[in-house]
Amino acid sequence: MSSLQFVWFLLIGLLFAIFFFLEGFDFGVGMSVNTLANNESERNALVRSIGPHWDGNEVYLITAGGAMFASFGAWYASLFSGFYVMFLLVLVALIMRGVSFEFRNEMRTDFWRRFWEWSLTISSLAAPFLLGMIFTDMVKGMPIDAQGDVIGHFTDYVNWFSIVGGVAVALLCYLHGLNFVRLKTEGTLRERARAWGKILYPVLFAGEVVFAILVYVYTDFFTKKPISTLLILAAIVLLSVLAYVATLKDWEVTSFISGGLTLPAVVMLLFVGLFPRVMVANNAANSILIKNASSSAYTLNLMTWIALCILPFVLAYQIWSYWVFYKRIKAN
Amino acid sequence: MSILGLSILSLARFQFAMTTVFHFFFVPFSIGLGFVVAIMETNYVIQKKDIYKKMSQFWGKIFLLSFAVGVVTGIIQEFQFGMNWSQYSRFMGDIFGAPLAIEALAAFFLESTFIGLWMFTWDRFKPVWHCLFIWLTSIGSMLSAVWILAANSFMQDPVGYALKTVNGNTKAVMVSFADVVKNPQLWLELPHVLFGAFLTAAFVIAGSSAWRILKGKNIEFWRKSIKISLIVGLVAAIGVTAVGDQQTQYIIKNQPMKFAATEGLYKTTGDHASWAIVEGMDNKDHKVTWSIEIPYVLSMLSYHKPSGAVTGANPLNKQLHKQYDKKFGKNMNYFVPMHTLFYSFRIMAVSAGVFALLAILGLYWNRKKSDQIVRYRWFLYILGLSLWLPFIANTAGWFVTELGRYPWVVYGLLTIADAVSPHVTVGSLLFSNIIYFLLFAGMGAVMIVLSHRVLVAGPDADLQSGYGVNDEDKQDTDESVDPYAKGAFNHE
Repeated sequence: MSSLQFVWFLLIGLLFAIFFFLEGFDFGVGMSVNTLANNESERNALVRSIGPHWDGNEVYLITAGGAMFASFGAWYASLFSGFYVMFLLVLVALIMRGVSFEFRNEMRTDFWRRFWEWSLTISSLAAPFLLGMIFTDMVKGMPIDAQGDVIGHFTDYVNWFSIVGGVAVALLCYLHGLNFVRLKTEGTLRERARAWGKILYPVLFAGEVVFAILVYVYTDFFTKKPISTLLILAAIVLLSVLAYVATLKDWEVTSFISGGLTLPAVVMLLFVGLFPRVMVANNAANSILIKNASSSAYTLNLMTWIALCILPFVLAYQIWSYWVFYKRIKAN
Repeated sequence: MSILGLSILSLARFQFAMTTVFHFFFVPFSIGLGFVVAIMETNYVIQKKDIYKKMSQFWGKIFLLSFAVGVVTGIIQEFQFGMNWSQYSRFMGDIFGAPLAIEALAAFFLESTFIGLWMFTWDRFKPVWHCLFIWLTSIGSMLSAVWILAANSFMQDPVGYALKTVNGNTKAVMVSFADVVKNPQLWLELPHVLFGAFLTAAFVIAGSSAWRILKGKNIEFWRKSIKISLIVGLVAAIGVTAVGDQQTQYIIKNQPMKFAATEGLYKTTGDHASWAIVEGMDNKDHKVTWSIEIPYVLSMLSYHKPSGAVTGANPLNKQLHKQYDKKFGKNMNYFVPMHTLFYSFRIMAVSAGVFALLAILGLYWNRKKSDQIVRYRWFLYILGLSLWLPFIANTAGWFVTELGRYPWVVYGLLTIADAVSPHVTVGSLLFSNIIYFLLFAGMGAVMIVLSHRVLVAGPDADLQSGYGVNDEDKQDTDESVDPYAKGAFNHE
């Protein structure tokens, strides 16, 4: 494995980590539209809080996909064709979600307005749930043939591990969204978000324990990399405990950051476990490896320079855009 | 394996056609509309007349709707290569992935961030800064076209690559990024697509305005909209034709089969080639059955002089067999869908002429001192109907480009049949086709209803773009007529 290949493996992990941190809270806010808000005005405030940002956040997923295509074509091909139906459902969710923001705003009757609000809520739940399932399945190991194609059956995709993984990611996003609501709104929404956080964090702790056990049962993480796996699992738990404490003490920034960082930590757990593979096969000989799956050194080199030149600007104007909309939003 | 006689290959091809065609209704519309709205807002910044602000907000609202559908249907495209065309992705990842990733980095971030800023900050920034946001959004959308067309151009005309065999699998690797970007095919395709995008927005604006003038309200607003859009439309109609001519010269050399099909030629012409306006073909026996022709025109179109023979599909087929049989076997069919290409090309070319004519007449009758455009109701009806034409012309253009590459997915290197995902089941492909179809039908219907609603409400309706706007934020705007802001729909 060359250092360039390693860098791109890291970079794709990083892109997914940023994606889950950023889109994580707007998935959560999307779910909140029908679970936290009690009236039109509150729903408006919630949608408004992520209005200028969700699209930019979603681009990280598209960039991660594009970067995977560019740097590890074989990984991209196996993953997307191998999880065909699940990616289709992710797409349906992202499509319904993307148009919901705009369509909801143009509706004149209560029925259709509520229709698009429910569409927003359900798709904001479905997308992280399905992505959670795909990622847990990916590290669990799939039946992969010598060509790198996944030939799976229903239980390879839907099983206890992937369901718990999906629920865990969706719950983390929901909590992250609640913490974002506490930062961005005033009044009853802010209070209710905190009250929900107090209830849901203990549920999350139980979920994390179950998840850790399933990681032990379903993956080779503990046998191959016991120390790093344990350390990252501990970090996930510590971060969520900190977020919980911060919720109790009403430290809003701390709970947002530490609660949010659990998502990149989960991505890190999966990518460390994955290394040096990109796809885990049930039959170890067919696992797809970083060293075999990557593009040529020329392309990797080129992409590195391009990313180095463009990413700083992207980060700068995105941070600036968050700064422009730093003001709290009030529902009346 | 097949269900109802459908194979993985046919379903994957149908899905690609359906998703790209639907996506490409909104892409040129958004690129063009962003550009025209940017021009309108620039007018506002320079002339400080309120009508231009209203104009950019009004058309901006339709722009946002179209942008949203364009974005979500675009995500399908990015996933689709991996999902349905995994062998293609393995073969092409090295080259195709790079422009796709650059597109996300350089274009998607730019447009998504600045469209968010633009839609929510009408009253927060000085007009000149606010105007910059729409320009950055517009530039972002055009950059996106640069990179996706760079990828497409490679598929049409591969350059800057080498073939490499790893573990028995051949794949294309990039040798020169500069060559991939300098691909002459790209620098013809790009202006053609951009002019097409400007045309699309121009005629949707002009056509919609024409319908509204027929209703007789806000005449000044609609007439000003027509003026700006038809100026853009005229320039674009001339541009698209000029670039199209250059493309013709290019494909005669690089993809002669595509050219023969667009001209409906099976046999090679004589030295003075005549141009068929319409013709009938027998695709089984590979011959033309009847035709109406104008002498010399084809030679003129092809070589800009009255003489010069054009090679037909039959001799080209023999030539391609000679060239590729060793590598791809004797059973390849090198005939592209002749009928579709022949008529698609004519629809596209005739549309360009119609656009130019309508733009000239419209601009003339819409002169400041004249009210002819308001009196010539028949013209308004024609202009109104023309708003659908760009979508048909754009689609026809892509039919020529993409179907004309048959049987290749990457010209001369990889066939469509070899590119498909081998282990995706017919059932899941059928499922996804149905799902996409239903989604597109739904979104298309909502888009038409909403755009129509925005038009009917007219420029006097509440134009605060940006959804979920609070009453508090609204205090800045003078008169809000949003029923939600007034609580008209709040249930007690």
